[in-house]
Amino acid sequence: MREPTGRQRPTRVALFVTCLGDAFYPQVGEATVRLLHRLGIAVDFPLGQTCCAQPAFNAGFHDQARQVAQRNLALFANYEYVVVPSGSCTAMIRLFYTDLFAEDPHLRQQAESLAARTYELSEFLHNVVGIDDVGAAFAGKVAYHASCHLQRELGVTEAPRRLISQVAGVEACDAEMSEQCCGFGGTFAVKYPEISSAMLEKKIASLQRAGADTLVSCDAGCLMHIAGRLRRQGMDVRVMHLAELLNTGHDAEEPHHAPGN
Amino acid sequence: MHLGTEGFQEHARQALKDEPLQKALHLLTNEFVPRRVAAMQALGDPEALRTQARAVKERAIAQLDTYLEQFADNLDRLGARVHWAHDAAEARDIITGIAQQAEAKVIVKGKSMAAEEIHLNPHLEELGYEVLETDLGEYIIQLAEETPSHIIAPAIHKTRQQIASLLHEKIGDPYTEELPGMTQIARRALRQQFLRADVGITGVNFAIADTGSIVLVTNEGNGRLSSTLPRVHIALMGMEKIIPRLDDLPVMLKVLTNSATGQKISSYVTMITGPRRTHDLDGPEELHVVVMDNGRSDILGSDNREALYCLRCGACLNVCPIYQNIGGHAYGWVYPGPIGAVLTPLFTGLDTAKHLPRASTLCGACREACPVKIDIPHMLLNLRRQSVNRGDALAGEGRLFSLWAWIMQRPGRYRLALRLARLGQMPFTRRGWLGKLPPPFHNWTQSRDFKAVAPQSFRDRWQATLQYEQPGRNGAGGANHE
Repeated sequence: MREPTGRQRPTRVALFVTCLGDAFYPQVGEATVRLLHRLGIAVDFPLGQTCCAQPAFNAGFHDQARQVAQRNLALFANYEYVVVPSGSCTAMIRLFYTDLFAEDPHLRQQAESLAARTYELSEFLHNVVGIDDVGAAFAGKVAYHASCHLQRELGVTEAPRRLISQVAGVEACDAEMSEQCCGFGGTFAVKYPEISSAMLEKKIASLQRAGADTLVSCDAGCLMHIAGRLRRQGMDVRVMHLAELLNTGHDAEEPHHAPGN
Repeated sequence: MHLGTEGFQEHARQALKDEPLQKALHLLTNEFVPRRVAAMQALGDPEALRTQARAVKERAIAQLDTYLEQFADNLDRLGARVHWAHDAAEARDIITGIAQQAEAKVIVKGKSMAAEEIHLNPHLEELGYEVLETDLGEYIIQLAEETPSHIIAPAIHKTRQQIASLLHEKIGDPYTEELPGMTQIARRALRQQFLRADVGITGVNFAIADTGSIVLVTNEGNGRLSSTLPRVHIALMGMEKIIPRLDDLPVMLKVLTNSATGQKISSYVTMITGPRRTHDLDGPEELHVVVMDNGRSDILGSDNREALYCLRCGACLNVCPIYQNIGGHAYGWVYPGPIGAVLTPLFTGLDTAKHLPRASTLCGACREACPVKIDIPHMLLNLRRQSVNRGDALAGEGRLFSLWAWIMQRPGRYRLALRLARLGQMPFTRRGWLGKLPPPFHNWTQSRDFKAVAPQSFRDRWQATLQYEQPGRNGAGGANHE
């Protein structure tokens, strides 16, 4: 995990919203923008962005991954901070772009530069902005699902928990297995559906045992996976991205999230 | 019982439906994982120990040739014989050669993954030797005519009831499910054999270059019996088992036993430095050490060299959510679990093992548990890339990713793709979710709904309204913690 920078509080960032966030969870990007705005931070959204290229990279298709990733090097070249509401996509940009462009010194340098400026949302708030209490309010028994790349590639374990614990009205319930993979794994969920589903079953059973009514995570991929099973089973557990939780109590669009105060 | 690695998907499906196996795996997960975590925590600074242990392996593997030579010179000096085996066949021939020379009939064996790797038992049995596994787990597996499903707990896939029936049927003692009774049955059967054996074969946990010692780590004492009672002791090792100095041993032992079983130290640690000397009361007359390459040189020169740091502790299996669900046999070869998903394609080729590196979510739990911090996820990524570059991607995957890249390279195409998806999904969407997807994505919706593409993407919302909103500090509660 990155240490606090000691620099001045950022005033402007670029948002990399991720393809899953853009297409399936637009409310996550929206909550991120509004949250940053409330903290006095201006947000740019470079319209040329699409995907971080992780699906192809993880599947071993480096040529295809490079074609997509290379655009991001130029697109975000002039921002001091790039904020990503996903641990997985942040890990791709920060850790694996340098692998992907290892052969080309010029591109590698750009990749290293981008890696140094890219932050996952919770670590950006906790470590760079230096804030844990963002003034959110939400009534619920919230379980945190630690997404794999966030905790094990980026080493971000405390920041999301701190941010969640500071939300007024939240009762944090620590599900055992909160660090266990949900079985998503990108194309893994489609290539090995039975194993993936078995992993997901265990994850959901642990949520039930914990008595959580809300599940919060920092990655839309896990959320989509877990929510897809909850919905199939007709289970009444709410699934939220951290950005959405941190924007509760402020978002006019979804007033039913707000606690009844 | 060799399943083969090609059938991975089918084996995994069967394993998920195998109720006794699932029960056994559940126990494994609940026992081994917390035990290891607690034991490592109790060491004070487990991170520092893992770093130290890794440094030892890094040093050993970086100068493997030097240390192997030193190890062999020391064994020579001690009166032991060193044999170099290029591959599995050579290792088997060397071992049978020694057994022939010793005019052996009965061979007792300590637990050895290297012996599994070269399928030693079936070979020796074919030649007419009576071979007896003396590790309890291995003994059970031998009685059941199976292969180990775990690196340190070979019979972990069996429930207690299954083992009780097996002992009753094969040995003939009255049926008991009580653990002490069961171990007594095995103990009685094994003790007789130790005294009859002419040759003992063991593995090697560590080979110490600067003393020429070999180290066996066991909990049942069978390693010590196998290496001291018979007249001839053959120790079989992969050449990566080397550590440079005796002084390196304490840290390696500490991380090994704590990671493997959560023990501060195993019940027995046997250090063997040469065969019986004239004034020794016991020990074998002959000590043969077979140092085996069998593909390790190739790994040494590749970007997967870290695989050679593995201590065979099994910690990565226990924490792996894939292994926890399918057990070891589904992997289809000698080494299961995360490290097996790396070693199997490296030893047996990607042709047949191409599923193994792909069957992972890259969750990284293995690396976190590894006593020498082997970056298994990174090697799985390496192997996937190598597999794609060899042209053995899964069916249709290459075309799919080329199409994907073509779309993702141009935001205009990407937007068009979203629009097409919205149109296509319209008839099937229920409150924002899809219950069925077309191939190749239909596997998702076997057990899960899939999120429909949102009516308005984030970029639509951005362009419509969000881009005009301004930051303001009014709404922000809370205080800066700096």
